[in-house]
Amino acid sequence: MSGTTIDHVARATPPKVARRIKGLSDRAIAWIFVAPTIFLLLAINIFPLLWTIYLSFTNYRANRPNAEVSWIGTRNYERILGDADIWLTMQATAHFLFWTLVLQVLIGFTLAWLINQKFKGNDLWTTIIVLPMMLSPAVVGNFWTFLYQPQIGLFNYVVAFLTGADPTSFSMIGDVSLAPWAIVIVDTWMWTPFVMLICLAGLRSIPDSIYEAAECDRASKWRQFWTITVPMVLPFLMLAVLFRGIENFKMFDLVVQLTGGGPGNTTTLTSIDLKREAFEKWRTGYSSAYAIILFVTVFGLASIYVKALNKVKER
Amino acid sequence: MKKAHLFAAAMLTAVSAMPAHDARADDLTLCWAAWDPANALVELSKDFEAKTGHKMSFEFVPWPNFADRMLNELNSGGKLCDLMIGDSQWIGLGAEAGHYVKLNPFFEKEGISMDDFIPATVTGYAEWPKGTPNYWALPAYADVVGWTYRKDWFSKPELQAEFKEKYGRDLAPPQTLEELKDIATFFQGREIDGKTVYGAAIYTERGSEGITMGVTNALYNYGFKYENPDKPYDLQGYVNSKGAVAGLEFYKALYDCCTPPGSSDWYMSEDIDAYKSGQVALQMNFAFIWPGVNADPNVGGDKSGYFANPAGPDGHFAQLGGQGISVVSYSDHQDAALEYIKWFAQPEIQAKWTAMGGASAMRSVVEAPDFPDKTPFNKAFLESMAIVKDFWAEPSYASLLLSMQDRVHKYVIAGEGTAQEALDGLVEDWTEVFEDDGKL
Repeated sequence: MSGTTIDHVARATPPKVARRIKGLSDRAIAWIFVAPTIFLLLAINIFPLLWTIYLSFTNYRANRPNAEVSWIGTRNYERILGDADIWLTMQATAHFLFWTLVLQVLIGFTLAWLINQKFKGNDLWTTIIVLPMMLSPAVVGNFWTFLYQPQIGLFNYVVAFLTGADPTSFSMIGDVSLAPWAIVIVDTWMWTPFVMLICLAGLRSIPDSIYEAAECDRASKWRQFWTITVPMVLPFLMLAVLFRGIENFKMFDLVVQLTGGGPGNTTTLTSIDLKREAFEKWRTGYSSAYAIILFVTVFGLASIYVKALNKVKER
Repeated sequence: MKKAHLFAAAMLTAVSAMPAHDARADDLTLCWAAWDPANALVELSKDFEAKTGHKMSFEFVPWPNFADRMLNELNSGGKLCDLMIGDSQWIGLGAEAGHYVKLNPFFEKEGISMDDFIPATVTGYAEWPKGTPNYWALPAYADVVGWTYRKDWFSKPELQAEFKEKYGRDLAPPQTLEELKDIATFFQGREIDGKTVYGAAIYTERGSEGITMGVTNALYNYGFKYENPDKPYDLQGYVNSKGAVAGLEFYKALYDCCTPPGSSDWYMSEDIDAYKSGQVALQMNFAFIWPGVNADPNVGGDKSGYFANPAGPDGHFAQLGGQGISVVSYSDHQDAALEYIKWFAQPEIQAKWTAMGGASAMRSVVEAPDFPDKTPFNKAFLESMAIVKDFWAEPSYASLLLSMQDRVHKYVIAGEGTAQEALDGLVEDWTEVFEDDGKL
């Protein structure tokens, strides 16, 4: 008996099935294999997308199934783009996105670099650092609301200890100027380890021989860092930024638990606002238009970013 | 032969011991919020189970998620709930979207009269359209926003003397909202029994309905009206009247001067916690909490007192809470659900309901001569129920509510803009909702 795995599989095909597929072209067989995937993709991705696009031009409300649905053209889009409150939620999202990414990249990379140095207890520290990201966002949000409590919260007491301020004199989640930072701090605390792990993978993928060659060329540590470490870790770092950017653009659970979008709408991110429009106010047509605008924004930004990432990889 | 007789006798005994309706016993599910009264209803419903043979199940959802969860259930035509104790504001949607069964024929057949219930609860919990005899629920739980205060602190001689010197009157439950603010200011940051305490715990929650349920107690009493009484949905000059602006400014001033630090997103449970832990002198909350406060080992008994929402310069109202019980039109057990309502509407069951920790809206219960003195809070409850006013109950109530939450929270808590701008914005939002609904 000899032959490849394919021969084995061919021999094992029941004669009834073999007769049925006999005469089918390779292309037809390929279609048979991919058809279920295509069908699922159409059913759960493409059709809902097309349906959402259609609804975005109507006044449909999902909680009034018997009400007449009218075609209202681009009115929903005009309303959204002309609504100052929605631009405020966009600003809040941009603030959250920008600062979480900056802090997570800086701290994550620093931690990865430190962990990458060989020292005793290295594995233990890695485990401790990655613990926050293993927790549920709802749990994290909940216990940080206690940490931020002006009267009993540990956070306020630590700040008070360091600055001498009265711990009850400020409220991280109740103050308009502090609340946007409160959510940035918690997200950074929770997700910096993720960025750290990706950076660590990047750092460990750099062959020691490159550093040894640089040493031979008498390159300083600083120069090695900028000409070897950073360029070689950059694709990993950019990937981490892409993942965290997409995740934070749709951030919902953590912020809802922490601030509920308040005070006012200071921390109302677009996903929170969209959920309120779609499933609390039940303005389905309006929220469909809102979702399409967000989709186009994310898709556009992500496409540009992925192109940049590929260029960096090709270097 | 003897054995056969014995067997027959045993069977007869067993059959006669079975509930009368066992042959068509149903499993009924009642949906409500997860709170103390719901536990009392579970106990009360055992009587219904024993009398009818139907089995009761309960689906209770915490208040912050109650509307979301239950309205999703209704909107999707779900069969989870046979009976729904839905919030008063849902009645318009329940009626117009066909979620609730219209109860008029049933009430007529069973001789259940709405005249037997407190009129405000009938309007608030059962009628749609408002002011017409079309009933979609039976008033189930009467509730209203009122105030709790630390009677033991108020009675401290040194505090009484200091208060009198400062304000020229006794430290006693306030008659007006301005007096209430004086008291809250007086207690704010004060040291009592070695602890720093604060003035008042008020509703500030943003996510669901909290701040609206709180601010309306000031707005109504300063002259806010939902619409032109002569022209429905005409909002300009009523929602954003001078009085309404003053009411909103009052609520912000109360929040700024006299609430505990970090109380920017508080609703029922946070207010209860603050009060029971001895943080505040005054607590705004629905009356449902009063039995719990009275029984509390730290602040209950003589340590606490209760009063109705104080009057303002342009009226004396309090925000209505409470719910009616409806039969869900998607239920497969509508007959059994109606049986439950028939059982629940009996005066003796209503009396038992109140005794167990519920709050009957039946007049025979609350107008009984001994009712006001039965508990320390019944008098305040009756006074409050006499001055109730409710939020919109339109099918689009959720949009109306969330707009108000946003506008009010932005001004009161975040301090953005002016009260006039907030209410002008609210008029715009509400007008847009009514235009979308084809009502304008």
